[in-house]
Amino acid sequence: MRWLPPSGRRSASLAMDSELMGIEEIYREHILDLYKHPHNSGKLPAYAFRRRELNPVCGDQIELFVQLSGGKVAAASFVGHGCAISQAAASLLTDFVRGRDLASLKQVSREDIMQMLGITLGPVRMKCALLPLKALVKGVEDYEAGNQ
Amino acid sequence: MITMQQLSLRRDFPLLQQENNGKPLVYLDSASTSQKPASVIEAMNRYYLTMNANIHRGVYRLSQEATAAYEEAHRKVAAFINAGFEEVIFTKSATESLNLLAYTLTKSMLQGEEIVLTQMEHHSNLVPWQQIAKELGLVVKYIRLTPDFRLDMQHAREMINVKTKIVSVCHMSNVLGTINPIAELASLAHAQGAVLVVDGAQGLPHLPVDVQFLDCDFYAASGHKMLGPTGIGILYGKLHLLDKLPPFLYGGDMIREVTYADSTFNDLPWKFEAGTPNIAEAMGLAAAVDYLRSVGMERVQQHEAALTVYALAKLGGMPGVQVIGPATDEQRGGVISFTVEGIHTHDLAAVLDSEGIAVRGGHHCAMPLMGLLGIAGTTRISFSVYNTQEEVDALAAAIRKAQRIFGYGQ
Repeated sequence: MRWLPPSGRRSASLAMDSELMGIEEIYREHILDLYKHPHNSGKLPAYAFRRRELNPVCGDQIELFVQLSGGKVAAASFVGHGCAISQAAASLLTDFVRGRDLASLKQVSREDIMQMLGITLGPVRMKCALLPLKALVKGVEDYEAGNQ
Repeated sequence: MITMQQLSLRRDFPLLQQENNGKPLVYLDSASTSQKPASVIEAMNRYYLTMNANIHRGVYRLSQEATAAYEEAHRKVAAFINAGFEEVIFTKSATESLNLLAYTLTKSMLQGEEIVLTQMEHHSNLVPWQQIAKELGLVVKYIRLTPDFRLDMQHAREMINVKTKIVSVCHMSNVLGTINPIAELASLAHAQGAVLVVDGAQGLPHLPVDVQFLDCDFYAASGHKMLGPTGIGILYGKLHLLDKLPPFLYGGDMIREVTYADSTFNDLPWKFEAGTPNIAEAMGLAAAVDYLRSVGMERVQQHEAALTVYALAKLGGMPGVQVIGPATDEQRGGVISFTVEGIHTHDLAAVLDSEGIAVRGGHHCAMPLMGLLGIAGTTRISFSVYNTQEEVDALAAAIRKAQRIFGYGQ
């Protein structure tokens, strides 16, 4: 059974969005609520690292700011523009990382993001959902490489 | 006046008979790529099923048939735009056509000389010039837009000067739908001794194009946006200019004589067609040209203009919807970009998809223009011969659905 994703749950990436869920189910109230009223929006005045990521398909971009204290995330925030999915994922991810150490930041997976969002997505919209995570992963890499 | 109902060509397009998410497919993304009539698909199949052989190489019957059909495709495309046989080159895409020009036209330019583009160019008519200019120390300048999304011709007269060697503009903007005054730009360029290049990727599929009348020096177009297959592009150039240009790609079929020390090059147009070309795609393109000629480009234009007028009125009357482009159909084609307040273009496209409607959302390969307009992207619809008024109605209803989901309107 080695071909199963590590979480044991079937990857959703081979189906189209609408085959998995009706469109109203994707745009559930909590997603739309985060889109209109994002958490942790704006730049942090002080941060250990920041990282900007771009989705070249749609031009959406996100910049993540992470502030550390005693090796753990004291605060995280983001700026940028994107669709409801990427914006909701950024809100949820910046909530999620607070209080976690660098080692655990590297463990955040796509399944975690999908669980936070509570929806399943096809390959195209998956890129939207994973854009904030990509910024986080690259940001941690930069930080550890001493590029900041 | 041809009405939309009189032009019901949908049955010629096999793909349009299918459903999308259980609903009739509403395909509104022809500016990205058009659908193909059965005759185009059959022409390509016929080549592979009955005459597959390399061209310009064999003396056997199959090769002669393939060569004749390939050259006939050239002849048809040349006639379609009122050009000579030697003036039409097949490339793999409009992008390759523009790269060919960017590489070869700049070879004779001196440091500090200028290339004039417009603020509304697609990346394919911007990045090649920009990058080669960086390499060679050339200057790239951009003609501004007016507040109603047209080319500022006063600014064009200032930008095009004695230092200008190349002016390169799109025939029709793939974002705004604006149709540019090509003949006027040609005379501005020629008065300064510059050449005019036209990116016709959105022009040739939708407008009657006569290169003699436009008096452009070069015209690039794409097969797959004009009902033909992917993998084939067109480059027209005036004979005396193509004659002077150095080859772009080197290899088989583009040479006359080769020794270990040097080579001489083939006659036009083959001088610019190195290697085995996309032969089946050329046959498909010829069938697309036949199809468009059978409909008539004036009718194609009228049909799309009528749809554009209808869609502009429909979208213009919807709360929260803002059209990004000329508000009237004057000098404007069937490409309509718009934003919907409070709904990101990807979210809107996803809701439209759930209603079986295919549109493009994003920056449309025109990131500098999006930056200029101060927006991240737009939702874009674009028409071809097979679209109907009912599809515009379906679009409007689906936009209202998206607005409901996102909590705007009823």
